[in-house]
Amino acid sequence: MNKVLRKSDVFYDVYERRPGADKLTTTYCPGCGHGILHKLIAEALEDFGVQDRTIFISPVGCSVFAYYYFHTGNVQVAHGRAPAVGTGLKRANPNSIVISYQGDGDLAAIGGLEIINAANRGEGLTVFFVNNAIYGMTGGQMAPTTLIGQITMTTPLGRSVENEGYPIHMSEIIATLEAPVYVERVMLGDTKSIMHTRKAVRKALKIQIEKNGFSFIEVLSACPSGWKMTPIQGEKWVTDTMTKYFPLGVIKDISDTFEGRDFSRKNVEPSELHEILDIKETRIDAEKIAPFIMKSVAEEIKIAGFGGQGVLSLGTVLSEMGMRHNYEVSWLPSYGPEMRGGTANCSVKISSKKIGSPVVANPTILIAMNRPSLDKFETDVVSGGLIVYDSSLIDRAPTRTDVTVIPIPATKMADELGNTKIANMIIVGALIKHLGIMSQEIVLDSLGDVLKRKKLVPLNQKAILKGAEFIKNIK
Amino acid sequence: MPKQFLKGNEAVVKGAILAGCKAYYGYPITPASEIAHAAALYFPRAGGTFIQAESEIAAINMVYGASSAGLRAMTASSGPGISLKQEGVSYCAGSELPCVIVDIMRGGPGLGSIAPEQSDYNQVVKGGGHGNYKNIVLAPNSVQEMCDLGILAFDLADKYRNPVFVLTDGFIGQMMEPVEFPEPIAQEKIPEKSWVVKGTIETSDNVITSIELDPDDLERHVNKLQKKYSIIEEQEVRVEEYHTDDAEIVLIGYGIVSRIIHSVIDELREEGVKAGMLRPITLFPFPKKKIAELTERVKFFLTLEMSNGQMVDDVRLVVEGKKPVYFYNRMGGNVPSMKEVHDKVMKIMRLS
Repeated sequence: MNKVLRKSDVFYDVYERRPGADKLTTTYCPGCGHGILHKLIAEALEDFGVQDRTIFISPVGCSVFAYYYFHTGNVQVAHGRAPAVGTGLKRANPNSIVISYQGDGDLAAIGGLEIINAANRGEGLTVFFVNNAIYGMTGGQMAPTTLIGQITMTTPLGRSVENEGYPIHMSEIIATLEAPVYVERVMLGDTKSIMHTRKAVRKALKIQIEKNGFSFIEVLSACPSGWKMTPIQGEKWVTDTMTKYFPLGVIKDISDTFEGRDFSRKNVEPSELHEILDIKETRIDAEKIAPFIMKSVAEEIKIAGFGGQGVLSLGTVLSEMGMRHNYEVSWLPSYGPEMRGGTANCSVKISSKKIGSPVVANPTILIAMNRPSLDKFETDVVSGGLIVYDSSLIDRAPTRTDVTVIPIPATKMADELGNTKIANMIIVGALIKHLGIMSQEIVLDSLGDVLKRKKLVPLNQKAILKGAEFIKNIK
Repeated sequence: MPKQFLKGNEAVVKGAILAGCKAYYGYPITPASEIAHAAALYFPRAGGTFIQAESEIAAINMVYGASSAGLRAMTASSGPGISLKQEGVSYCAGSELPCVIVDIMRGGPGLGSIAPEQSDYNQVVKGGGHGNYKNIVLAPNSVQEMCDLGILAFDLADKYRNPVFVLTDGFIGQMMEPVEFPEPIAQEKIPEKSWVVKGTIETSDNVITSIELDPDDLERHVNKLQKKYSIIEEQEVRVEEYHTDDAEIVLIGYGIVSRIIHSVIDELREEGVKAGMLRPITLFPFPKKKIAELTERVKFFLTLEMSNGQMVDDVRLVVEGKKPVYFYNRMGGNVPSMKEVHDKVMKIMRLS
């Protein structure tokens, strides 16, 4: 007898967080289900000895101030977002017991997406879904669970199927998902039904405590104030009317076969992070680069061609090699306005001085891998600049006479080496040889660090040598 | 030295992990998606959590949860996604939750384009969501700064218990440059947070909330926030100045625009034009004192933006009409060329 009358230790003795003079009673109306459900949850947490591990999420709705009462960790959240916040809480501390306590407007309307996806991920949460078929706190408006014909402030003539559709069955929806472990609809009516709800509450919490499983308990609950009824009428309406639309019972239960989830994160020491993040030393051989480093390098390179010709990687290889020669470098992909015209292109800057704008409007070097690229960018090249183009694909020579022009049958040469895709590296080899600002030895040696597909390194090295040889022969 | 050549969007992730960030929640959007790609790869390996959230709103609320639980937590997006996140950012500000949000700006309004713009200035610097709050806003202009300011963002977030934005444009996110990474922060260097809720007996009396129904209580809370913002304005302003010492005209821009200005200043100086640059690195706190100081000694200001003039309003509020503040912009994803900027400066100088 004593045990039944005692207030659970999981509740604060005095509700100090509640403003005003009354610090001993709750904010809930007579006949409201929240108080009963709070009590069932608090007693379960106490009996299971998990009070200290528990985080109670207060939603938006009448239970927005649940943190006045529960002596657990408390987080108050935005309307409908409790399952998302719960995900963040639980993943951060997998040992915590996280309760997402939500009403029907919160869970089934504005937070529909969050609950479906948290359930679908099988988050280790216990969700208590208080369905009282109405928005209580905001003054009794229609909820997604409002019954057909039910009068609310926003359905003054009664909810009509034509205008508002049907009451939504959240438990049935959640139960169609694979991850949820236990889904049951219960009610707060007579003592017997409350005792049954007590069982469901405990089972749902146990599933989280023991196995980190997702449970969903829908609790049909009275809102006498919102319904404009007496508490007795409210209880009767839950029992007789709501249960017709929302049948009670277990809708899904795989707790016997559910093996449990492990949300723990890997334990990593900060000292391991550089390796984990692939942050490596970049080898710079001062002695080897010395003969190639030039004081006044300021190349602005535009590289353009069809997608698939390796235009972007031609740019990254040039830039990375520049970095290995202590030059300042930047690489900008064809992005935004640059994408107009159907060519893939990128801008590369290699400079002995700090690089301001990474945008290349007037290249000192144009590498054109197809005809549209030559047509598009030829006029932009600075006077005295350089145009390198793939003469096996482009059927016209540049018309500019104030620039140096180097035609290279790169695609043909690549085919001869057995892979069309290495035409870009033939250009790299040729350009490096022509410019003389980088060591070919370093380029060949560090190609393995730069390319993603390590298997292709020998072939790419061959292509670079072939490109260099081509330049040597025409000079 | 541990130097790497990589995209701004990747550098910010690696920097975050080195700063001890353990939680990334995000939703895909161009041109910020590489941030999610890198986070998905590295966070789980580095002892963190990565979840592709069901929505931008869910992502920021997962951050709300992770931050409530005491973790350094982040998310990233671009304009349309930031608009959606604003609800959660307002709650984070109200509940004083530290978190980092990266915004790689694209063209708007609406779906706009995926090309770079700076049109999120107002929605990020001015608060964006409901309520009397401010975000700390850092504006990197290089891949190196995506790492460095990303790291600083976590320190400032914890120091002030406030959301911090890393606000930049699609160009800085997409471009590649060499980056030197610092050593990882030692766990004990991350400030102890006694206010968190992490399912322990020590934290079981804590509550994270933004609701205060009593007008006096809420006013007290909001006044406390304003005081915090004043301290931030006192202590955290960061700028880059270039040739402002003897400048007759000072160009003001942030992000990619400041890189273009930098190059134009070099050209102008060679031509004997006394031009300088002021780059706000922090957009909130805005460098009011610095601009006021320059107002005393320069002839003109020229603010350059890839927006309809969202930052120039703040410049004019400080200059108070004492000197002409000219404005030049490009929008829709276009970037002002060096020539355009150069011509604009020369036009102003000729007018004088």
